[in-house]
Amino acid sequence: MEFDKETYRVSGIGNPGRNPLIIGIAFLALSLVGYFIDSGQLFHSYLIAFTFWCTISLGGLFFVMIHYLTNATWSVVVRRIGENIMALLPVMAAFAIPILVGIGNLYHWSHSDMVQSDHLLKGKSPYLNTTFFIIRMVVYFAVWILLSRYLYKLSLRQDTEHHDYLLRKAAKASAPGMILFAVTITFFSFDLLMSLDAHWYSTIFGVYIFAGSFLSLLSFMTINIIFLRKRGILADTITLEHFRDLGKLIFAFLIFWGYMAFSQYFLIWYGNIPEETVWFLHRWDGSWKTISLILVFGHFVIPFFVLFPMEIKKNIPVMLVMSVWILIMHWIDIYWLVMPSFHSHGIHFSWMDLTTLAGIGGIFIWRFLRIAYSRPLVSVNDPRLESSIKIIS
Amino acid sequence: MSDKIMGIIARFENTADLLSAAEKTRDAGYNKFDCHSPFPIHGMDKAMGLKRSGLGWLVGISGIIGTSSALLLQWWTSTIDYPLVISGKPLFSFQAYVPVTFALGVLLSAFTALFGMLILNGLPRLSHPVFYSDKFARFSDDGFFLSIESDDANFDPRQTAKFLESIGGKDIELLRRE
Repeated sequence: MEFDKETYRVSGIGNPGRNPLIIGIAFLALSLVGYFIDSGQLFHSYLIAFTFWCTISLGGLFFVMIHYLTNATWSVVVRRIGENIMALLPVMAAFAIPILVGIGNLYHWSHSDMVQSDHLLKGKSPYLNTTFFIIRMVVYFAVWILLSRYLYKLSLRQDTEHHDYLLRKAAKASAPGMILFAVTITFFSFDLLMSLDAHWYSTIFGVYIFAGSFLSLLSFMTINIIFLRKRGILADTITLEHFRDLGKLIFAFLIFWGYMAFSQYFLIWYGNIPEETVWFLHRWDGSWKTISLILVFGHFVIPFFVLFPMEIKKNIPVMLVMSVWILIMHWIDIYWLVMPSFHSHGIHFSWMDLTTLAGIGGIFIWRFLRIAYSRPLVSVNDPRLESSIKIIS
Repeated sequence: MSDKIMGIIARFENTADLLSAAEKTRDAGYNKFDCHSPFPIHGMDKAMGLKRSGLGWLVGISGIIGTSSALLLQWWTSTIDYPLVISGKPLFSFQAYVPVTFALGVLLSAFTALFGMLILNGLPRLSHPVFYSDKFARFSDDGFFLSIESDDANFDPRQTAKFLESIGGKDIELLRRE
């Protein structure tokens, strides 16, 4: 493997991502077996794995747009990595199809007999019905794919054309793009996760999902940078100062996640209305209580104190451990959102939880590596690349 | 009262010059000197040989005092001094205490950060030797200044002026109190 410091391209790498591809296909095939064993379990496990990877790539889209909107300098060197992650949204769109197949297994509101006997579901049926659900999914992914493609194309043109107006165009598109993103990710999480328990609702739910999404994107990005660094790639470009900036964002969004999680819980606890509290009561039932407590400490308290000191954010081994830790916590978080509506009285881990995660993950990482290694690893002609490399945080 | 020399000041062309001048001044053994620029310069702390400020510790301690006193206050008022059952919840409901605890923690930290910064910087202060220079007004526009105070152990009007000239200082001026 050779890395050209002038063009920021990697050559002589053979077939990048071959192993993840094999793992992905093998585990997806294995998951398919699960369909004939317990289709309900499979679709719930699949929903968790899908949400996990999809929120990471959505975080990539947010990262790129916020970069343009804030006109940030430090993130110029890592923008391409964010772009490569948001370029996986079409892959995630393909992975959304099995969810549409499994609507009957996942969502109570999709059964007309259940809706007829349930006053609340009847009232919600103009929104929560199979046709409209599929239409909305198509719209969400259409918006995300159009946005990410447009932004990525401008950035790639900038690599060869040296026109600053291309980046200004990207910034202009990011402003309405950010509004669209906020609306779509909110309703996406309402539809995909909140409607699993269709009686329950929380208006902050979309923001909660977004917090986890951006947090896991930052962790995924950090892991990716550390892997490149171990191979001597971009080690002089993405410096410890950038690690500190990434660490600061991770720290900030840990707090943001905690803030959102507590806000959601706090108002429901205070209001004490049965139709709202029931959701938290399910998650305090039996062994679900353990998961709830793991989230409080593992997703907030422990990483908060670990990442608190200034110098720790430049400590690469610690950042690697914390990034992996946060990704695991993000998965547990989604598990905690989804699974209590299937196994309502306690945790019941299944092998399908892991096979679906590895299956989608294999394909996700395969595509990611293919995209990343086929073009410069940073946006080479960005006018602020030089100052971004030299930045001191 | 005759003129008393309070220090010396020199102007530099840009941030890079001021940074390297600060490094050289630091290496020459001066420790009562200061840099003045229209905007903060990254890396200046290191160039001037400044240690990390202890303000963070003060803010941290006052944050802990803020949160714990808020918890204490709420616990005492609602369970001991005036126990009142509110919507059937336990007397000690930590959930309800979180917003006030958070807010008081932030309030005390913010006050400590602001006033601690002022005290550690010796502010507010009505006079400073650099004010005796007429050219100094440019520090808030396009001037990058380095000043050395006369009570520095290495200070000598002629030697220090020569030194400042040797590191590229312009408009070198002794600061005299009239």
